Amino acid sequence: MRSFQKQLADFEKRGVHLAAISVDPSDASAAHCRKMGYTFSFLSDQDAAVIKRYDVLHRGAGPKGKDIARPAEFYVDGSGTVRWVNLTENIAVRARPGQAINAIDAAK
Amino acid sequence: MDFADVDGKIGMKRKWNWPIWVGFIVAVGGLFSYEWFAQFPITRDFPWANLLLFGIGAGLLLVGLFRAFGRPQLYRGKIFGSIFTVLAFLLFAFFSYEIFYVLKQVPLSAQAPRVGQKAPEFSLPDQNGKQIALADLLSPNGAILIFYRGFW
Repeated sequence: MRSFQKQLADFEKRGVHLAAISVDPSDASAAHCRKMGYTFSFLSDQDAAVIKRYDVLHRGAGPKGKDIARPAEFYVDGSGTVRWVNLTENIAVRARPGQAINAIDAAK
Repeated sequence: MDFADVDGKIGMKRKWNWPIWVGFIVAVGGLFSYEWFAQFPITRDFPWANLLLFGIGAGLLLVGLFRAFGRPQLYRGKIFGSIFTVLAFLLFAFFSYEIFYVLKQVPLSAQAPRVGQKAPEFSLPDQNGKQIALADLLSPNGAILIFYRGFW
């Protein structure tokens, strides 16, 4: 997230929005964004309905066995079509902003 | 009683076996610094910094043990050196299990939207409580959706 925030201008320049999605409640996200200086959208999917729709649910992986999202990144173009999917095989390894920017540029 | 006194005096004369203590502390640091190193992709994608700390810790512990067992009249640490080495190894085993097994238990997500498919619609509240739909994010050139585990 930190690295995406740092490169936010590169996404804005390309007319692409960033949206982070998790089961965190809005107020928790708000506090976290204030603390970390994140200015893009953090969407709250508390009952994981959207996370399930995208099949990126990780059952029981959260605190006290809560269902949470697994790390996953998508680029959806202006027409709503998926143009890039990044599904990590290791929770600690996530997409870097450069990969997303390459995907955007390749989709043009 | 006499024996205890003699032992005690010999014990006092023997040198402090510092590599055992420092090695153990470095190994503990190898485990507990993970959260800090995990902030940066370069030390998170592969935890080489933590493994390096474990390696340094192991090296120091071995030096300490060689001293303690090789020259016991000069150095302390046969017993606590062994205990610390076993503890450090257990910490390393726990770390390896978490990093090289648990972190790789990621769901398959076989039904996740694929390239070329329409992204499923949604509408969710953002951090300011404002409802945001996928359609709101797409203009003009689309959006990067980042699903993440949450901050807890």
